[in-house]
Order: sequence, then C-alpha cells, then structure tokens
Amino acid sequence: MNELIIEAGRAERQYWRDLWQYRELFYFLAWRDLLVRYKQTVVGIAWSLIRPLLTMLVLTLVFGKFGKMPSGGVPYPILVFCGMLPWQFFATALSESGNSLVTNSNLISKVYFPRLVVPASSVITSLVDFLISAAFLAVLMGFYRFAPSGNIVFLPLFVLLAFFASLGAGLWIAALMVKYRDFRFIVPFVVQFGLYLSPVGFISTVVPEEWRLVYSLNPMVGVIDGFRWCILGGAQVVYWPGVAISLLAVVALMVSGIWYFRRTERTFADVI
Amino acid sequence: MTAITIENISKRYIINHRSDGRDALRHALEAAVRSPLVWLRERRQRASQATEEFWALRGVSFSVEQGDVVGVIGRNGAGKSTLLKILSRITQPTEGRIHLRGRVASLLEVGTGFHQDLTGRENIFLNGSILGMRHSEIREKLDEIVAFSEIEKFLDTPVKRYSSGMYVRLAFSVAAHLEPEILIVDEVLAVGDAQFQSKCLGKMQDVAKGGRTALFVSHNMASVEQLCNRAVLLNRGVVTATGPSRNVIAEYLQNTVSNTQSLISSVVQRSGTGALRLTSVHLEDPSGNPIDYAQSGKDVAVVLGYRCAEGETPRNVDVGISLHASDTTMLSVLYTSYMRRPFQDIPPVGTFRFKLAQLPLKEGQYLIGARVVASGDELDWPQEPVGRLDVISGDFYGTGVKGYEGAAPMLLNGECTVTAS
Repeated sequence: MNELIIEAGRAERQYWRDLWQYRELFYFLAWRDLLVRYKQTVVGIAWSLIRPLLTMLVLTLVFGKFGKMPSGGVPYPILVFCGMLPWQFFATALSESGNSLVTNSNLISKVYFPRLVVPASSVITSLVDFLISAAFLAVLMGFYRFAPSGNIVFLPLFVLLAFFASLGAGLWIAALMVKYRDFRFIVPFVVQFGLYLSPVGFISTVVPEEWRLVYSLNPMVGVIDGFRWCILGGAQVVYWPGVAISLLAVVALMVSGIWYFRRTERTFADVI
Repeated sequence: MTAITIENISKRYIINHRSDGRDALRHALEAAVRSPLVWLRERRQRASQATEEFWALRGVSFSVEQGDVVGVIGRNGAGKSTLLKILSRITQPTEGRIHLRGRVASLLEVGTGFHQDLTGRENIFLNGSILGMRHSEIREKLDEIVAFSEIEKFLDTPVKRYSSGMYVRLAFSVAAHLEPEILIVDEVLAVGDAQFQSKCLGKMQDVAKGGRTALFVSHNMASVEQLCNRAVLLNRGVVTATGPSRNVIAEYLQNTVSNTQSLISSVVQRSGTGALRLTSVHLEDPSGNPIDYAQSGKDVAVVLGYRCAEGETPRNVDVGISLHASDTTMLSVLYTSYMRRPFQDIPPVGTFRFKLAQLPLKEGQYLIGARVVASGDELDWPQEPVGRLDVISGDFYGTGVKGYEGAAPMLLNGECTVTAS
C-alpha cells in the first residue's frame, strides 16, 4: 500500500523516490519536444545542423582567416567545430531549460510530478541535437582526412560535464524565471556574450597565462578544452588546473541549482 | 479503512495590491543596490503594507473512507479547487497534514499536456505518462482508450485538426483509464455532448462500484447526487457540512438566504396608484424553506411580500411576475389571471407565492420583475427587476444527463417516438 503524507512546510522525503517513479516522464517530455520542434518546417531536423554550420563558417572566417589566430596545426574549421559542439549544446540547453517551466505552466498548475523533470528533459532534448551535430563533425573530419586522437575514449566524461553545467545553470534560470520573467531577456544576452567569452572561435592558449585560472571559472572553458583534447589529441595542450576549476564550478552550479530549485519548487504553482 | 485523512488544512495566499512589478527583478535589485539598509528596513514594512493575506482554506478537516465517492461542493471561491490542488500535491498547504493511503491520481483538467501538433496516438502516450501511467500500462490500454473515445479514424491526425468534441472525448478517455486507488476529479464531466456525458458518468460510477475512493468537485448537483454517496460543503474556506450527499446538497441550496432576499422598497422608480406596494422577494423550495438557488427541473416558489396603503382594500387583485435573462431580455410573464386565479380580497399585509413547476431554465442568473393590478388599475409596478433568480444545474431530464451546453436558457421536456409511415 502506497502511503503519502502531505504536511505544511516539510520538504517531501519521497522526492527522490518520486523522481525515480516518474523517470519515464523525462523521456516523454523530451520526446514531445523533439517531435514538435520540427513539425511544419520544410527542412526539419536539418536545422540542428544549419545553425552550428553557419556559426562555424563565420567564426572560422573571423578568427581564422581575418584574425589569423593560432590553430595548433589543426584545420581551423575542425578546431572551431570542436568548440561549437559543446557550446551549442550548452547554449540551447540553457535557453530551453530556462524557459521550460514557463512554457509548461499549464502542466505545473494542473498536475503533480517532480518539477525537476521539466528542465532536465529540456537538457536531454538538446543532447539529441548535440549528437546530430557530433555526427556532422565526423563527416567534417573525414573531409579533412583528420583522424581523431585516442583520447576520444574520455569524451563521454566531458559530455557529462557539459550536461551538468547546462542542467545546473538551467535549474537556476528556470526557477528564477518563474518569478522574474526578466530572465527571458537576460538569457539570450548571456548566450550571445558567452560565445565570445568561451574559447569557441579560438584556442584558450591565447588567453594570457596569469588569467587562465580566472578564465576557467567559466565552466565551458574546461569543457571546450576537454573536447579539443579528446578529439584533436596531444597537439592541444590542456591546462589541467583550469579543467579542475571548471569542474568545481560545475559541481557548485549543480548543487546550488538543485538547492534553489527545490526550495522554490513548492510555490511554483502559486506564482507561475 | 480510512483512505484520506485531512487534518486542519489551511492555505494562505498573499495578495499584492500594487501589481506594478513588485516582483520584477529590477525593483528588487535596484532597491537593494541603491540603499541596502533602507531596503532591508523597508522590506519588512512593505511586506505588511502592500500585501494582504487571503485564506483560501482555513482549518479544513474531514476523512474519507475507502470506497466512498465524495462530492465537494460550494460556491465559486469557496476553496474547492484549492483543496484539490493541495490533495494532488500541486501546491503546498500553509498549515495542516494530509494522510493518503493508496496510489493517487488527479484530474483537474481534461487534456492536461495535450500538444496541438501531436497526433491523437502520440497525445495518448504523452498525456498518460503525465498523469502517472507507465509506458507499458498505456500500451496495454491503448485499444480500450481509443474505443472509448470513438476517434479510431483520426488516431494519426494532429489533435489541432480535431473538433472540440473529439478533443475532449480523447482527453477524458485517457484519464478514465487511469486506475488509481484514490481518484481526484475537478469538474470534468461538464464536457462533451450529452451522449458522451452519460458515458462518462457511467465510467465514474464504475470507479465507485470498483471500491475505489474518489473525490469529485462539481457545480452540477445532479451529477453529485447521482455519483456521490457523501459530500462536503465548503463555504469561504471552511467546511460547513459533511454527510450523505443528499443532505449536504439540501444544506447548500438553503444556506445564506439573505443574499437573494431583496428589498423592493428601495426601488424608487415605480408606477401605479400606490394602494399596494411590493416590499420583498425571495425564493422558497416546495416545503417552504427559503433557498438561495433554484435548481433546473425542481419546483421553486417566488415569494413576493406586499403591504397595502393605510385604509386601502384593493379588490380583484391580479399579480404578475416576469423572468428576464441577465441582460433583461424578457423570457416569460405569468399573471394570476392567466391561471384564472385573481384574488377577490387580500390581507392588508402578506405574501404572494408563485409556485413554478419543474423550473425549465438552464443554470445561470436571471432577473425577476413584478407588477400588481386591481380591477384594471395598476397598483404597483417597479421599473427595475425586483430580485434575482439564480439557477444551478439539476437533473431536469431525470436521466442524469446535463443536456445542451450552449447558450439556450430554456429547457424542454417531452417525448419522442418513431413510427413507420
């Protein structure tokens, strides 16, 4: 027999058990978003390729051709695309999960389920786009006859890192957005700036040595460096202390994100 | 066994009087940055000044036995929906404790989470999982759900191309196939056409017979009476009656008479000699109890109080009432003379009691007009409506079917036969 006690002011003990029980909902919400996203579009899923492709072209042109940035002996488009992959994932995941509670407000005010499912499934949706772009990177590397390094076995770890960076930040934004719709305007701004603040169009070695640690507070620095190291291999010198700092930043984002989300979650239905 | 124990549940909402972005981030940040100390000091004051507490529920306690189907009734704003939201864990109570024994499913809206661009089949899976069904469970019941909703042909059409009737049928079908031990339902039977409604009622009755517990909010007294064995009456967030549904419904219809009791004396614009003045109007049930609401299909009496002027003894008195839609369009007029019942003599102070048989009006708000004539002379005719007739839905057809949903105030009852020709 299932017993359930609802009590004023008490965080529900069964929260994490509920989250497990509703695990299928992660899948269903992500599935819905994917199904819906490209309905009534002409080129459909190709959109998830066109965006990073065009950005890659622009960045290659600006940083590689005009800026003459160093590439560490790697074709510049591949270098940029390795940075674009995790960055695009982070950017879409952050905007989608940030908006997710508000766009699903009809669900929030009418049905119970652990609210964490909503932003998390948005991140999962973005992960699918990420995988499609990753396949394209393989094609691009084939075109340049560039073989990936053996470090690629560590790639999943950095994907995981990117996942939690997006989820942690997404939880904050989603919970804040319920009350303060201002974040609807802040997020695109952050994403736009972040593209240039993160080492997407250039390699992070161009950042002066004394600033590397501070620079790595941006969790995406560690993630992007890690991606390049995994795919492009030893030619890319990784600044490991920076990766460690990024890792810590992700853990901090994730822990505080869950804390803030859980704290405000109870009032979502009343405020949204 | 007790399935639901509700102890002392209260829910407080804070109402902001200044809605111009009190919560906006700009306000919070700007104030904090400019003068942190003042901000901290004022924060406390502002909280008390510009906001007001509103208790949607106050100290609500009752329990529900396993297998009971309980109707929660009350006027708009009585706290019914808040109670259901707390029970379904959408919002938290401010005080109190609830103990639920059994798997709970709640249905506060038909088609929650339906997505316009997805097909019927896709929506069944999506909606089912949002309501807490397992993927395997949905797949098992898919055929049943589709058959119940009668949309087989359109299963792979996006629901945005559905008629509203089809949409609602599909949505209800998914929900109807949830099999929780405790079912919480908010006013979802008021959807679809009459035929589908009776089908839904049937499904709800199966729930009851299956020994499952259900909590059901409705404004439709007919379906509450039919479905629920017990009922809880809420009034302004407080439980005012619990017990067998029949008794609680009667209580609901009777309470707070003062609302409809209107004083006609205050109507200034009136024509007539003034030998007699109408003074009050109220509604009564057939046994003479004052009531607040009339119910479709039930007998109701419109009672007009009057007083004759000093020394006047009007003879051959003819009294009439008129019913108007809320925009004052006249719907019907009834004079005692139509029934060949004018009064030869009347007491100097008294009441006229119009008994209306099987009130043929749909739920809604109506207005009452009145006029008194004696031997061809107009005595009193207030130029404004003298009272309100609030009608709630009832079992007009005696079948439990609610009938046509659209704007058609008058109800007809009759028979239909078919013969070969």
